[in-house]
Amino acid sequence: MAERSPGTRRALWLVLTLVFAFLYIPIAVLVALSFNNAGLPTAWSGFSLKWYASLAGNSAILSAGLNTLIVGLISTTIATLLGTLLAIGVEMRRQFGKGLEALIFAPMIIPDIVLAIALLSFFSMLNVTMGLQTIIVAHVVFNLAFVCSVVRARLKNFDWSIVEASADLGASAITTFRRVTLPVILPAVVAGALLAFTLSVDEFIIAFFTAGAGKASTTLPIQIYSMIRFGITPEINALATIVMAVSVVALTLSQRLNREVIGQ
Amino acid sequence: MAPALAWLTALMVVPCALVLTLAFFRRGIYGGIEYTVTLENFGLVFDPLYARIFLKSAYIAGTATGIAVIIGYAAAYAIAAAPRRLQPVFLFFAVLPFWSNYLIRTYAWIVLLNREGLITQLLRWVGYTGEPPSMLYTEGAVIAGLVYNYLPFVILACYAPLSRLNPELGEASRDLGASSVTTFRRIILPLTVPGIAAGAVFVFVLSIGNFVTPALLGGGRFQMIGNLVYDQFLTVNDWPFGAALAIALIAVMLLVLMAQSQFADRAAGRTIEARGGADG
Repeated sequence: MAERSPGTRRALWLVLTLVFAFLYIPIAVLVALSFNNAGLPTAWSGFSLKWYASLAGNSAILSAGLNTLIVGLISTTIATLLGTLLAIGVEMRRQFGKGLEALIFAPMIIPDIVLAIALLSFFSMLNVTMGLQTIIVAHVVFNLAFVCSVVRARLKNFDWSIVEASADLGASAITTFRRVTLPVILPAVVAGALLAFTLSVDEFIIAFFTAGAGKASTTLPIQIYSMIRFGITPEINALATIVMAVSVVALTLSQRLNREVIGQ
Repeated sequence: MAPALAWLTALMVVPCALVLTLAFFRRGIYGGIEYTVTLENFGLVFDPLYARIFLKSAYIAGTATGIAVIIGYAAAYAIAAAPRRLQPVFLFFAVLPFWSNYLIRTYAWIVLLNREGLITQLLRWVGYTGEPPSMLYTEGAVIAGLVYNYLPFVILACYAPLSRLNPELGEASRDLGASSVTTFRRIILPLTVPGIAAGAVFVFVLSIGNFVTPALLGGGRFQMIGNLVYDQFLTVNDWPFGAALAIALIAVMLLVLMAQSQFADRAAGRTIEARGGADG
């Protein structure tokens, strides 16, 4: 950019400082309070890990955490499989209508609350017992769309003639997939899976509507929501810090893999 | 390919079609659904009681959008003006908060704004002794929460066109005697409007249908469309009316998206004209 006067430059740095303060102070306060001995938002009274320890003894949170892991792992596995196959199918054919494109994009842009009430009506109309299984099935809907879009980005520059070459040389479709296509798209598949896992672990509204009655199928975000509604406790601060750390690590990893893919 | 499409059809298309049909039925006396076709649910959406909630939601979403665009554009401008090698770093840290859980980011504002929260502490520290200000459970708290949650998207959307700006355009404008305000208003702003529009539509669409932020930062009595839909399904048990509300919500969103794509097409046309003129 063109040279700027010192005054302008100072103003631009001031803007950056203020915006980053706005973005990070709320999170920093939360994280700091999770290590606060007294646990009160009022005064700092020394460093302590006791709220993390008390989390480990909270059975409601532990079982919600376990449920979240189950939902995240199973829905990610199904979504990765289906989303990858969908991406390959769509990109290989290349000629597809606008309708198909819309169908694949819809889960990413449809408002959560709408998908949530739609699935709730659907499941209750079919008399499906709601619980972890319905949350998993619902999470696959948006997760497969995200996996598909990540893998498709990778396949945009894929040379399909090597697939034909492999077939001409006598490889079966499965061997071709395993030895030719998969190695090329693997980083994107892993990146998509990590993204899907994080989305599933963080997802609240759809899980809330499709969890059914009872505490047995409470996931971590549902648990956090009900805790937040009762006010601030030092335990939520500790839990929030852990959840934030996990999603930031998973998504940074996903992003890095994706960048390597694009960098190639 | 087929299993994925079947999954989407069975668990997205069919349920959404179901909601669409639900809206044309009537609530039964005991909360069930009575299968008589009626349009009264849609009529009820326009009832002053509910129309007011729609208008209020639009007002809150609009205010949040305006504030987010101003802050986000300024931030994107400052990032695009920073040294080249620092830009990706700034951008990464601008988006990073967006990757943490939405509930937690909203909760962080409860910690800040509650009566004994950080802001009250700061006021006490500078010598304020009166009643703690009530900031939580207000309209302002809801708007702050929405701006905070969606700001990273505006920064990203505005940064893209700003970073692609040809610096020579600005220089040429200045050489021809334009002040920096004129250069910004006549050159930079028009070329970056598509980014602003994309960011703004994003914030507006996500804000108007939001139900977590009003529920947590607005307190129990505060209602936006999302909360109204929630109530129809989980508290009042009037599913047909809830479905009609959801359809009205989607209609509003689609209108906004369509307006944006019209606008983007026209802006793209103008840019091409300008480029063509410059080349010729």
